[in-house]
Amino acid sequence: MEILIPILTLGFLGVIFGIGLAIASKKLAVNIDPRLERIHGLLPGSNCGACGGAGCFGFAEDLLSGKAKASACRVSQEEVKERIAGILGQKLEKTAKLVAVLHCNGGKKVKNKFVYDGIADCVAANLVLKGQKECVFGCLGFGTCVSACPFGAISMENSLPKVDPAKCKACNKCVQACPKRLFTLIPSEQSVVVSCRSLNMGKDVKYVCPVGCIACKICEKTCKFDAIHVLGNLAYIDYKKCTSCGGCVKVCPSKTINILAK
Amino acid sequence: MNISQFLTIFISAVFIYNVILSRFLGLCSFVAISKETKPALAMSLAVMFVTTMSSILTWLIYRFLLIPFHLEYLRTISFILVIATFVQLVEMIIRKIAPPLYRFFGIYLPLITVNCAVLGVAVLNIDMFFVKGKAMEGSFYYSVFQGICVGLGYTLAMLLMSGIRERLELCNIPKALKDFPLAFIIASIMSLAFMGFNGFKF
Repeated sequence: MEILIPILTLGFLGVIFGIGLAIASKKLAVNIDPRLERIHGLLPGSNCGACGGAGCFGFAEDLLSGKAKASACRVSQEEVKERIAGILGQKLEKTAKLVAVLHCNGGKKVKNKFVYDGIADCVAANLVLKGQKECVFGCLGFGTCVSACPFGAISMENSLPKVDPAKCKACNKCVQACPKRLFTLIPSEQSVVVSCRSLNMGKDVKYVCPVGCIACKICEKTCKFDAIHVLGNLAYIDYKKCTSCGGCVKVCPSKTINILAK
Repeated sequence: MNISQFLTIFISAVFIYNVILSRFLGLCSFVAISKETKPALAMSLAVMFVTTMSSILTWLIYRFLLIPFHLEYLRTISFILVIATFVQLVEMIIRKIAPPLYRFFGIYLPLITVNCAVLGVAVLNIDMFFVKGKAMEGSFYYSVFQGICVGLGYTLAMLLMSGIRERLELCNIPKALKDFPLAFIIASIMSLAFMGFNGFKF
C-alpha cells in the first residue's frame, strides 16, 4: 500500500501537466505549410543571403508568399531549382551562372608606403590613409574576402586572393566585403579580365605598380568586337560582346589583361 | 514577512550568490548563448519566466502534495516535471510569436529543462524557506520573489558576458583563445569579481 501514494501523486501531477500541455499545444499551434519544409530541405542551407532573403528559411518563406523566384538562389543546382519551382507550380527562368573575379594584380609587386600594424583586416586597414599600399586602388591583402566567403572559394595566393570558380556561387559577399571594391561578378563562361581598378593617369600607375592599367588604349584598338573600352583611365570589358579571343591579352603592354585559369 | 527580508533575497540572489557567477549553475547556456546581446536577453527572459513560474508551482506542490503525504524524497522528480512542462510552454509560445528566435535558440531552449539554475532555485526555495518540514511565515512570497531574483541574476550575468564578448569580437586575439577558451577565462574573472560581494552580511 505504501507504494501507491507516491505512484498516485506523481501520476496525478503527470496527468495534470499533460492535459495542460495538450491544451496549450492546441491553442498555440503554428500552422506550417507542408511545402515550406520540403523547399527548405531542398535549399542548400548555407544561409548566404545572396537571394536577398533572411537565410535559406527566409527565402523559402518568400518563395511561398510569391515574393521571390526560385531562380534567385545562386547556390542550388539547376535541377534542384526546377524541383523547387515544381513544388510551387511555377516554371523556372534560366539565369546565367556568374563567378566572382578580382580586379587587381598588384600584390607583392606594389610596395608598402608605411608599416601597418593594426587589426589584420582590409576594412580596418583601409581606414588608415586608404591602406598601406602605394596604390590606393589595389588589394591590401589581409583577406577580408577570404573570411567573408561562405563557401571557402577564396584563398590567398602570393598575398592576392584567388577565386576558385568551381566553388564560387556568386553570392556577392566578397563584392560587398572588399573595401576597395575589387571584385565583380562576370558570366562564368567568360575568361578575360582587366586586373586593375586604378583610375590614376598612366604615369602615376606605372610609378607604383608594374602591372596596372596605364590606359594606353591598345586593347581598344585591337579588339575586333568593340568589347573593350578605356573610360576614365581604366579599361573595361563589355561581357555581352567579349568572345574571350584573347587578342587584347596579347597586346597589353603592362600585362594587366589576363585570361583566367579554368 | 517584512520588507528587509525581500531586500536581502534580492541582493543575495542577484549579487552575492549570483546563480551563474557564484553558485556556478546553468553554465552551458551562459557560455553558449552569450555571443550577442539580443539573444542573450531573450534567453534570460525565458529563464526568468521559467524560474518564476516553477517557483510558484514547486512551492505549491511541495507544501500541499509532498509534505502532507510525507513524500519529500520525490522532490527532485516532481520539480523536474514542473520545469519540463514550463519549458515546453515557453517553447510553444516562442515558436508562435518569434520564429527567428526559436531557430536561433535551437537546442538550448529545451535544455532549460535540465538547466541546473532552474532546478537550483526550486530546491533552494525549499531549503531556505521551509523549517523542519514546515513552511515559514510568508515563505510563498519569498519563494516567488527568489525565483524572479535568480532570473534577474542570470540576466545580469548574461548581459555582462554578452556585452564583453561583443566587444571582444573587434579585438585581435590569439587564434587559440578565440571563442570558448576566452569565454571561459572571462567567466572566471567575472566570477572572481562577484566573489567580492561575499563579504556583505545582512
